[in-house]
Amino acid sequence: MSLDWQPKIVGFTCNWCSYAGADLAGTSRMSYPASVRIIRVPCSGRINPVFVIRAFQRGADGVLVAGCHPGDCHYSTGNMYARRRFLIARRFMEYLGMDPARLEIHWISASEGQKFQEVIKNMTDRIHAMGPNRKMREIL
Amino acid sequence: MIRVGVFVCWCGSNIAGTVDVGKVAEEAARIPGVVHVEQNKYTCSDPGQDSIRKAIKEHRLDRVVVAACSPRMHENTFRKCAASAGLNPYLVEMANIREHCSWVHSDMSVSTPKAVDIVRRAVAKVKRCVPLHPSTIPVEKRALVIGGGIAGIQAALDIAEAGYDVTVVEREPTIGGRMAQLDKTFPTLDCSSCILTPKMVDAASHPGIRILTYAEVEEISGYVGNFEVRVRKRARSVDEARCTACGICILKCPTSRDSEFNMGLGTRKAIYMPFPQAVPNKPTIDREICRHFTAGKCGICQKVCPSGAVDFSQEDQVLTEKFGAVVAATGATQFSVEVYGEYGYGRYPDVITGLELERLISSTGPTDGKIRRPSDGKIPKTVVFIKCVGSRDENKGYPYCSKACCMYTAKHAILLKEKIPSASAYVFYMDVRAGGKDYEEFYKRSQEMGTRYVRGRVSRIYPLDGKLIVQGEDTLLGERVEVEADLVVLAAAMVPQPDAPEMARKLGISYNQYGFFSEAHPKLRPVETNTAGVFLAGTCQGPKDIPETVAQASAAAAKVISLFAKSELSTNPNVASVDESLCSGCLWCSNVCPYKAIEEKIITERAGKETVTRTVASVNTGLCQGCGACTVACRDGAMNLLGFTNEQILAEVEALCL
Amino acid sequence: MGYAYYPGCSLHGTAKEYDMSSRACLDFLGIQYRELPDWSCCGASSAHSVDHTLAVSLPARNLTLAEQMNLPLMTPCAACYSRLRGAHHALRSDPGLAKKVLTVLGSEYKGRYEPLSILDVLYQYGPEAVGEKVTKKLKELRVACYYGCLLLRPPDYAKFDDPENPGKMERLVETTGASAVDWPHRTECCGASLSLSDTKLVVSLATSIVDMAVRHGAECIVTACPMCQANLDMRQRGRTKLPVYYVTELLGLAFGLEPKRLGLTTHMVNAISLLRAKQLA
Repeated sequence: MSLDWQPKIVGFTCNWCSYAGADLAGTSRMSYPASVRIIRVPCSGRINPVFVIRAFQRGADGVLVAGCHPGDCHYSTGNMYARRRFLIARRFMEYLGMDPARLEIHWISASEGQKFQEVIKNMTDRIHAMGPNRKMREIL
Repeated sequence: MIRVGVFVCWCGSNIAGTVDVGKVAEEAARIPGVVHVEQNKYTCSDPGQDSIRKAIKEHRLDRVVVAACSPRMHENTFRKCAASAGLNPYLVEMANIREHCSWVHSDMSVSTPKAVDIVRRAVAKVKRCVPLHPSTIPVEKRALVIGGGIAGIQAALDIAEAGYDVTVVEREPTIGGRMAQLDKTFPTLDCSSCILTPKMVDAASHPGIRILTYAEVEEISGYVGNFEVRVRKRARSVDEARCTACGICILKCPTSRDSEFNMGLGTRKAIYMPFPQAVPNKPTIDREICRHFTAGKCGICQKVCPSGAVDFSQEDQVLTEKFGAVVAATGATQFSVEVYGEYGYGRYPDVITGLELERLISSTGPTDGKIRRPSDGKIPKTVVFIKCVGSRDENKGYPYCSKACCMYTAKHAILLKEKIPSASAYVFYMDVRAGGKDYEEFYKRSQEMGTRYVRGRVSRIYPLDGKLIVQGEDTLLGERVEVEADLVVLAAAMVPQPDAPEMARKLGISYNQYGFFSEAHPKLRPVETNTAGVFLAGTCQGPKDIPETVAQASAAAAKVISLFAKSELSTNPNVASVDESLCSGCLWCSNVCPYKAIEEKIITERAGKETVTRTVASVNTGLCQGCGACTVACRDGAMNLLGFTNEQILAEVEALCL
Repeated sequence: MGYAYYPGCSLHGTAKEYDMSSRACLDFLGIQYRELPDWSCCGASSAHSVDHTLAVSLPARNLTLAEQMNLPLMTPCAACYSRLRGAHHALRSDPGLAKKVLTVLGSEYKGRYEPLSILDVLYQYGPEAVGEKVTKKLKELRVACYYGCLLLRPPDYAKFDDPENPGKMERLVETTGASAVDWPHRTECCGASLSLSDTKLVVSLATSIVDMAVRHGAECIVTACPMCQANLDMRQRGRTKLPVYYVTELLGLAFGLEPKRLGLTTHMVNAISLLRAKQLA
């Protein structure tokens, strides 16, 4: 592992809160590590755990699932489903031999640019400490 | 054969300053399917859009990727641009290399490869886009205005003048809001009531406006053009049709409590009108204190009412109605200044807030317009004003500027001098912010009338021998100052209503960290929200003064009117769609749908030689809002979300990971 | 249970009577305490204007000693209280500084207990419970409770009471039967740290505080800070001189303890004559 190894994190963010929170981090020029690549979905309830598994299969070092705070979902209940689905998805990851700690779920509202920045910073640090997700890369 | 065109935007130096745009373009050209790459200084500008249109035609592009800012900013712009060149607008995808890349990374060696990744993701997605076509929904041409203050009244009048029906829901027994409590308004010193009450009457008598007072919005469902709203009209215990507003009931009522309208400086009865010019001009019984309701006794009002209008048995009415648009004009409230223990509000009766002073100055107030201090009713000779109480203070209050306080304090100082010429006024301030037409002149006028402006904060107030000793610092002189005051007025900040988050949830809109409702874009969409059909007016969106509130209310009304000018709205075509050949008809999807948009459908099909009928899910595209919850619930993979299909998202994942 | 008792330097010198009366009260109430063995100066009031690490390390040493005894640290001195709270707060919120201090001290401070003032301890014991132990009511004694700065400021960590409108000392004092006057200068600064460098200023501050107490009908001042006590006792130049008691001295009197045992004979402004006049001593 080279010293300047930068983890690759795939971020699934809902359009209304977390994507907008990431936009706000941008408009406020809050810098964070260039580790995250965002995929925009309408709602965290749209994120199929299969997408997350696929990201890990393809060598992502971390996956971030971010949505509106519980109770603040634009579609009223989507993030509640997401919350429950990912509780189970974590256990499924374990079953598949993946490290569930590489998957993080955060609630970031449209006004929380700073929280987005902190989440990315901290998550990058944690994934960095875990090292690259070699397991799946080697299988490939 | 798919032909993708990629347009990489410099956004002036916003992107090109920290991302090697040339390199991104070079890499984009290598992505399979990309046949044309172009760089633009400002892609959103007219020449930029022209170049997209030209390229679509010249290079026979059938997919477009714009690598620029957030899709929340310009997705619509580029969709329209593509449409004007004959391309289906849903074949455009944005790669957000500004907010998510150039603005948050300063090192070109990391931001450039990231930008390339983002473009690669967008290309992967756009290749799997298919043309989509919006359907249309009807528009219910009636507007709901929540809040009957000056913002709500203005919006309602403007919408009604355009010929559309408006319902105003106000939770107090009268419309009028905060403005009704004010004595005069800056910078013209117009009497507040004289300019407000005619508007209240106009609204009440307008054939297109229905006013529901003492009422609250309980629930809002539906979507733009088709909101369904449940309103609870609380029991007034007075039959509005019979009541002649003679007022004898109020006169005879034996129970009273602090008057909310007079900021607790006077009292009102259990059966009351907040102020004499209230609209509707009918009393209301406060069941919390009315003896009939608390002790089962009394009933005097009923006995004395000559028209038999008092009706103790009246019950809350719940109305459910359809509206096409909603204007939120729910206003703001005053900061709880008790937090500043050093000012002693609540301990020393002669420390009051700006709104309390308004009531003391007002001729309809508890002192009939004579400024008398609350403790002993004496006329104050020295008055100290303290600005920024709760605003511009991260420690005890809010960091934002409350905006109206500088001017209303200047107004208070002027009015004080007018009412009590011998009085002296001191204003402790941090900065005087008098931006606005005729505002600086007004502030100057207050200085010329002898108001002493002291730049600095007050550290402490304590009572001594009937006076209030105000200790502070003059930071311009670098000296401690001490003023013996008779009355201290705190310019309390405007803060969101305590239940603003709850209201935001009902409306399905977002709010900022303080609780002010968020506009869709701070500069370009200041009265719209992220929820189509919901608009903002007045201080529910942020602190503002009356002119600004009225302007915003008219702007919100204009938005409603232009919405109603269309008889149909086109809907978002990014809706759920069922692959009937895969659907097993379990309808698990309908359980998670928040819009009840999934119904069961019986289809007939041939299986070999036989004809079979079976159940499948069917999406009502008018109701579906495109959240996609159903797609994950589907066990068969039959449910997909157009514009965000499983295939598209998986392709994006692969493009980012490999 | 019990407390580690940290007298601090003042209580071994100018404020000896505070040490005597504190121990007398604690003994009388049966509150268990052990003097912190091998305690050192907390650095007040000069270290924090010289070197931040030193200013945290000095009190941290004492905090660590107490933590090793598994006891919360309690001090009568308001200046020590402020420094101990400040260090406790800084070590818990700044890991970088905690590391530095660890290399200075050689042992880690976990911050399990909040450092306490003796007023906290008495308050935890309960004003009612204290009142029950009173044998000699200090009736008709009108007292101005004076908090000064260090018990209340900065409010981030010196959280003894509401920084603008405190009331705990009054509640304790009123259990003795004395009446606490409502007066505005309870949280005013007496200027003690400038006592030697700008005596003229300090005299005016101390005098205005005492005068304000007189104007509100107080016959004496009660404080919980050796700096305030010494300063007000020495520097007041008003027409009426008020004795300045430690809160533990008044409590001790109300418990029926000997004035001498409480150190009441060591004050600058005669602390006995008022009590004699009221037939309280």
